[in-house]
Amino acid sequence: MNELRSKVKELLGSKEIDLFVGYEQGTRLPRPLIAASAEEADRLIFDESCTGNLAVYLTRRELTGGKKTGIAASYYAMRSISRLLDENQLREGMVKVFGLTPDGGLTLLESIADVKQRLQETSAPSSQVEDEWVKEIEDMPPAERWKFWTSELSKCFKCYACRAACPMCYCTKCIVEVNRPQWIQPWAATMSNVEWQINRVMHMAGRCADCGACGAACPLGLPVHIIAHKMVEMVRQNFGEPTEKGNVLSTFKPNDEENFIW
Amino acid sequence: MEQKNIPPKNISPKYISKASLKAWLAKVKDDGRHIYAPVTENGKTNFKRVKSVDEISMAHIQTAQSAKGAVFPRTEKLFSYARQQGDVALQDYNPGDIPDTVVFGLHPCDAAAFKALSGIFNWGAQDKPFSERMQRVTLVGVSCSRSDVFCFCTSVGGHPGSAEGSDILLTAIGDDGYLVEIITDRGQALVEKSADLFEAAAGISKEEHLASAPARFSVEEVQRKMAGSFESDIWKKQSARCIGCGACAFVCPACACFDIQENAKGNGTGDRIRCWDSCGFSLFTLHTSGHNPRSVQSQRWRQRLLHKLCYMPDRLSVRGCTGCGRCSRACPVDMNLAEHLKEFERL
Amino acid sequence: MADNIYLPYLVTIEKITQEAPGVKTFRLKFKDEEVARSFEFKAGQFGEYSAFGEGECTFCIASPPTRKGYIECTFREAGKVTTALAGLEEGQTMGFRGPYGNTFPMDEWKGKSLLFIAGGIALPPMRCVIWNALDTRSSYRDINILYGAKSVADLVYKHELKEWEERPDVNLLTTVDPGGETPEWKGQVGFVPAVLEKMNPAAENTIAIVCGPPVMIKFTFPALDKLGFKPENIYTTLENRMKCGVGKCGRCNVGSKYVCKDGPVFSRTQLEALPAEY
Repeated sequence: MNELRSKVKELLGSKEIDLFVGYEQGTRLPRPLIAASAEEADRLIFDESCTGNLAVYLTRRELTGGKKTGIAASYYAMRSISRLLDENQLREGMVKVFGLTPDGGLTLLESIADVKQRLQETSAPSSQVEDEWVKEIEDMPPAERWKFWTSELSKCFKCYACRAACPMCYCTKCIVEVNRPQWIQPWAATMSNVEWQINRVMHMAGRCADCGACGAACPLGLPVHIIAHKMVEMVRQNFGEPTEKGNVLSTFKPNDEENFIW
Repeated sequence: MEQKNIPPKNISPKYISKASLKAWLAKVKDDGRHIYAPVTENGKTNFKRVKSVDEISMAHIQTAQSAKGAVFPRTEKLFSYARQQGDVALQDYNPGDIPDTVVFGLHPCDAAAFKALSGIFNWGAQDKPFSERMQRVTLVGVSCSRSDVFCFCTSVGGHPGSAEGSDILLTAIGDDGYLVEIITDRGQALVEKSADLFEAAAGISKEEHLASAPARFSVEEVQRKMAGSFESDIWKKQSARCIGCGACAFVCPACACFDIQENAKGNGTGDRIRCWDSCGFSLFTLHTSGHNPRSVQSQRWRQRLLHKLCYMPDRLSVRGCTGCGRCSRACPVDMNLAEHLKEFERL
Repeated sequence: MADNIYLPYLVTIEKITQEAPGVKTFRLKFKDEEVARSFEFKAGQFGEYSAFGEGECTFCIASPPTRKGYIECTFREAGKVTTALAGLEEGQTMGFRGPYGNTFPMDEWKGKSLLFIAGGIALPPMRCVIWNALDTRSSYRDINILYGAKSVADLVYKHELKEWEERPDVNLLTTVDPGGETPEWKGQVGFVPAVLEKMNPAAENTIAIVCGPPVMIKFTFPALDKLGFKPENIYTTLENRMKCGVGKCGRCNVGSKYVCKDGPVFSRTQLEALPAEY
């Protein structure tokens, strides 16, 4: 912790970074801290309890736009950073990524190649809970599954915390806000809530880091990250892992199956 | 409109046992009223219309959502229209569809928030959908016997046992029953349905059954400092981590910002509806020209706080925050409101 | 129980005038004869106009309260609702809620000279005041109008500009931005603040009413300062995004003031006390 604080203070002092996106102790759990001064850097913490995906701040133009930014990155934040770089949302050299080593030590990743390398070497945290959810839902007969999702999503009041918490939801005008034509009804109602979640997840195909930030953000505790998790698995089964060229939505392979296009 | 807050008549408090409370609520329900009460599902407790009083759960400190939906539903039809060859026929809002409703089990912070909502919806022109619902709702509050780190009602003029806003206020006395304070005529009317279930309450001290919740800041001081801080950089500092979702506004019992939308059905008919909106959304104030008076999150955070703590007291004589702490519990990035308000005290 | 404030009056589009590219004026007549008879408003007020099936949008009432039996609005086709409105034809039905907001204090201005300064599509809110003053001409001293637009094509109310130009009791100056003129253009060429300085109107016993895009306002106020206009004698009308029009939906406030209730008309003195949230 002290190592991170002094390193961040050093980088801020030497103007190698303009601000640092990290964690501080929150009311109950660690929470994001945007540190721009040594004083603020002294509040930083970073350990395995820091799981929120801070990459969401890297595409907030009013916060980090044009600024050299350091970030404390969980495994999933690294995944998001890698994809944001692939999508040209970040500029190499503008982001300094700090990760944790398995023994809790600090490691600084300077380049995109380092981040990708690191992701290769590290295994993703267990998704056992999410896998069990998916299995449980898939085991339901279709009618029961429909009832489950419509019942859950009927509670959604469209606060868009799922969208706001997602590092990959960086559009300045989201499809739900486009009104000519109005693709999705903007008010909360069961079917329009279902439409919203389907659209949200479809736009994540091949891009989603599977971090679960959407579900964690939901103030009503709706398991919307399970839809994303299932989609991630389906994309992996059908199209394989993302290549260095980018995500499956924006790239293709000559042997991609196209039997779903009629 | 009928007055909601009729000063307490000289009715002495009563006592009701837990079993009798259930019987009373069952009677209220059998008489045709809808009952909205806290129900726990998948680990979250929320207000919901109950089919049976057995569903009601009172084990929570705070429900995820407030009870405001009883008078300000998240989506509500304002009127309907039918277009035909260039002409239009309108069907006005129909209050006949609104059921008589009892909201049971809301805490004093939620009951007090109905006053804030009334302030907004009745400012100048009266809002018919809201007022019609208010006329048909009876609020049966329950004092808080527990609080958590997010609660701060006592810092904003509230109290775990405050009767403000409630028609009837219950206070749990041990595990067996409740002290019953009848606050308004509407509350009295509900009690009279089953007067025999209520006993005399002699010598019960309410205070010792309430949660302890010491005030954390002086709201007058916060208000004073905040009113003079429009240009301060505190807004930017506080809101740096805010991700601009609407969770805080939607769970807030006193937030009433809304959007008006067209639910066009495709055959020339449709409904004009209103739905919850949030001043924290980036497009909330966006002009068609592209100009946005509150274009960055710090301006929207400033609006949220100033509206609740300064503008509403100034214009409507009621504060827009009752200290329920829901915004802080719901926030994905722990924008703890009490903590932020306290920072103004030190400015 | 009070009426439903969200339920619009039904109005028939009696006449459509194409003012400029993408800009139309609708003359609207209340369908309900009782409403048509009793409807009253004052200069400066606005309303919510409905295209059923698409929604509502906010514009001022562009006709003067002195002309009874109809109201007019002028709007540019820009978003979802204005595009839908622009698609309506004469004889068709739309909706109107209002009048909302405060008014220009025209009674207080009696006996004074009026200087109108408008830019582009901001002439409509002022046109209501101009006609109101002209219809009660003897109540006011000199009436000066300075109106500027990007180009000759963008000038709205061309017929009325001609009428004002020809009236001996009105002094009208029109200007277009440099490059916006045509070979036939006989008006001024230049930005409003510069033309205003050239116009050099007397500040004494004169009220200046300024409406235009933010950048025009920004440079016109200092020009008025130079001419000796006191802030309390300068008026403008603000626009902010609105949904309800009646102080509830939470969008249009500038600090603790609501454009829909405390405005849209503000004196410069009032404006200076507000934070820059518009």
